[in-house]
Amino acid sequence: MVLSAAAMALLILGVWRGEGSARLVSWLAIGVLILVFAIAELGGGDRRVGFYGMFVNDAFALFTKALVLIGSAVTILMGIRYNEDHGIARFEFPVLVLLATTGMMVMISANDLITLYVGLELQNLALYVVASFNRDSVRSSEAGLKYFVLGALSSGMLLYGASLIYGFAGTTAFDDLTRLLTGGAPVDTGILIGLVFVIVGLAFKVSAVPFHMWTPDVYEGAPTPVSAFFAVAPKLAALALFIRFMIAPFGPLIGEWRQVIIFLSIASMVLGAVAAIAQQNIKRLMAYSSIGHVGYALIGLAAGTADGVRGVLVYLAIYLFMTVGSWAVILCMRRRGRMLEGISDLAGLSQSQPGLALALAIFMFALSGVPPTAGFFAKFYVFFAAINAQLAGLAVIGVVTSVVSAFYYLRVVKVMYFDEPVGAFDRPITTELKGVVFVTAVITLFFFLFPGPIVAGAEAAASALFVR
Amino acid sequence: MSHWPLLSLVTFVPLIGAAAILLARGDERIVATNARYIALWTSLFDFALSLLLWFYFDPDTADFQFVERADWVTLGGFQFTYHMGIDGISLFFVLLSTLLTLLSIVSAWEAIQFRVKEFMIAFLVLETLMVGIFCALDFVLFYMFFEGVLVPMFLIIGVWGGSNRIYSAFKFFLYTLLGSVLMLLAVIAVYFETGTTDIEVALTHVFPAGLQKWLWLAFFASFAVKVPMWPVHTWLPDAHVEAPTAGSVILAGILLKLGGYGIIRFSLPMFPIASSFFTPLIFTLSAIAVIYTSLVALAQIDMKKLIAYSSVAHMGFVTMGTFAVTSEAVQGAMIQMLSHGLVSGALFLCVGVLYDRLHTHEIMRFGGLIERMPAYAFVFMVFSLAAVGLPGTSGFVGEFLILLGTFKVSTIECTLAATALFLGPAYMLYLYRRVIFGTITRADLRGILDLSPREKMVFAPLLVLVLWMGLYPSSFLRPIQVSVDHLVRQVTAATDAAGLRRASLP
Repeated sequence: MVLSAAAMALLILGVWRGEGSARLVSWLAIGVLILVFAIAELGGGDRRVGFYGMFVNDAFALFTKALVLIGSAVTILMGIRYNEDHGIARFEFPVLVLLATTGMMVMISANDLITLYVGLELQNLALYVVASFNRDSVRSSEAGLKYFVLGALSSGMLLYGASLIYGFAGTTAFDDLTRLLTGGAPVDTGILIGLVFVIVGLAFKVSAVPFHMWTPDVYEGAPTPVSAFFAVAPKLAALALFIRFMIAPFGPLIGEWRQVIIFLSIASMVLGAVAAIAQQNIKRLMAYSSIGHVGYALIGLAAGTADGVRGVLVYLAIYLFMTVGSWAVILCMRRRGRMLEGISDLAGLSQSQPGLALALAIFMFALSGVPPTAGFFAKFYVFFAAINAQLAGLAVIGVVTSVVSAFYYLRVVKVMYFDEPVGAFDRPITTELKGVVFVTAVITLFFFLFPGPIVAGAEAAASALFVR
Repeated sequence: MSHWPLLSLVTFVPLIGAAAILLARGDERIVATNARYIALWTSLFDFALSLLLWFYFDPDTADFQFVERADWVTLGGFQFTYHMGIDGISLFFVLLSTLLTLLSIVSAWEAIQFRVKEFMIAFLVLETLMVGIFCALDFVLFYMFFEGVLVPMFLIIGVWGGSNRIYSAFKFFLYTLLGSVLMLLAVIAVYFETGTTDIEVALTHVFPAGLQKWLWLAFFASFAVKVPMWPVHTWLPDAHVEAPTAGSVILAGILLKLGGYGIIRFSLPMFPIASSFFTPLIFTLSAIAVIYTSLVALAQIDMKKLIAYSSVAHMGFVTMGTFAVTSEAVQGAMIQMLSHGLVSGALFLCVGVLYDRLHTHEIMRFGGLIERMPAYAFVFMVFSLAAVGLPGTSGFVGEFLILLGTFKVSTIECTLAATALFLGPAYMLYLYRRVIFGTITRADLRGILDLSPREKMVFAPLLVLVLWMGLYPSSFLRPIQVSVDHLVRQVTAATDAAGLRRASLP
């Protein structure tokens, strides 16, 4: 709530101050996000319901909100300089990010189909605009339009599914649905069909195969900080919503939806691994990589146990750091003021900028899941849950695709370390980016020393979903 | 001594050295020199520390020694511990790792001329990981070291390797990664079966027979690639040919031993019934490995490739001896691995000496070296003979014990493997004749220099050890014996209990 009020306030401030206020608004927006973070965290993780049961706050919401807020704040931070350099430093950017984040908060805390939809749309509308934020660029506009058309379609599906569920169950509240479905009575086919439609809509939002088509194009077309934002915050929020929706009201139907999730998971992992091999553009590569990672996260959801949800949450937390770090490095890829996006542009980075190369190498090894980086633990926890839930076959496919995907992550390392340098990137790298890269790299590399806080938070969050 | 965390020191001292090198700044030439010296002193100190392990090691018990244990992650019944310890099986591997790292660093003193700093860092990190593998007594810890090794090795092959280095580096990484991840799943399954990731507990746990076979296969996928066993050995010749000399030494000396160590440490005691079930498979693959790769070695025109194939043949002996599960054969497999670590490492160093001078390892480019390089000819001869198992060298002890032990179990297997006893000399002596004997025909060989004092210093300890192990193996067998006997008794008891008769093999 604070967030939306703050977004409005900043919007007014921005209009009032005019064009020159982008930097100020950005920093204020980051301040607001930190403030909200503090309020949310201080509020504690007890389960509380508000707005006539439509809005819920528990440890699960707390954990995922923290991730989303970090993701959004870092995006704004990374975007400041980029936008200034590209002449698109308008105060609307942080405001839109704030609005999208508000939508995500609502999604995460949704305890009713209506809130779910409202949150999702609030987020989406802001995102459509952000995607085409570089309004003079054809690619950026195309990305925004593509995202809008496909996004609207998926929202429609979701809405249709939600109305089917309402029609057959007679309620939109998650709590009532849970009560209805735990009874053990045979479930109406209408509810199942509605459920499938909602899954389709959500799968689009998390870009799981076969609803992933928009991802590479949008990531490539959108301004880089926006792509970074897309890769992290909305994805985390949508996955959080996905988990809450599947586990809380539809938990008793796990037998019905598990196969759908398993399919989504396998398809995402395989496509993410195979399609990325041929990519030359690092933004597209990251897009396919994110598709693959959604597949791994869904393994944990397919398990449908507290272990599984904990696995997903740990995965998401670690994914946040790995991905933000990688995107921050991509933002550093500029030569003579122009942004570069080809993987081959990274050639010889280990000699021209050893620090940056080391950081990106850490992220790449982490994304491919090589120990002792954090990425290994992320995968470890979801496979752990999968085997515990008798899904050994899924886990085997998971590890095999992770080897395939290791190939393209290694290719990035290879280009940086084995190829001859083609020239250094522009210096100096801004302090903000340097800070982001450094902090995320340290977290990714040394996660194994202090896994406690993240794993414990995920543990508490996961058990909150299963307590009734 | 017991209150000193000696194992952790041995494991992590190289990391401190690596950090020190990382902080070195300034002129490139000075940094390179400093990096060399820091790496040298670190690895020397680490080797001295590991010698203390041998000194204080109690050879009369099969228990783990120098045990350290600390909580690492404890969450909701889910626990990893930092648990280190060694027994007779791992002791010498730790020593071998520290020794070979030291010698590799000395051997790379002049061979590596660009990006010296990074090279030395990679080597020290590699040392930490290798020692860690042999000391870890927690599965998660073990796995982290085990897979972590791939990263520095990938970089070593890829950055400082030969012309086709990128292909080889990728092949090496992906091949071994695929094996490892399957083991990871098995580790998780072991956790659910035993309720802990502690290796000591898992070793004494009795697994149901059906589960054993699956887990055995998953572990085997990882170890077979590392050993490497035929038919998953194809990454090895590529990796060896392209890797820099020091990289080849570590690859042949230590990384190949991870597979054998893993089988002896995990597969046998944890899954005795499955091991017994799969023994015919292993015997077949080992026999093929021994005969086929020996023949392939005969046809090689590249020295490094030849030695790489001979490694596969030698490791075939190791897997065979391990699965014979008699006390002699397993001890023989241990000695064979140690001996092979020293000998193949030394042979790669020999090739490296020539490579430093002429920048090729093609056999046809040499000949008649004995005229110009008598000391080199002597060193090369000793290690060639050790590789073919001449009595008096370490190779003989290992092969003899393995054949002895295997004969008790399967006569046919023993006979097939024994063909290596004449195939081995065939390719090694053929190589030796072509490189060392004859007359010098090429102009660039006329001015070739004999071993420098630095190179002699590298070869001397290896020479001493190879002969020591060959003439008086007891100093090495004694610490190994108790642990191996304990292991063999445990496995035989389990198979007997399951009503399987091991002698039924042809």
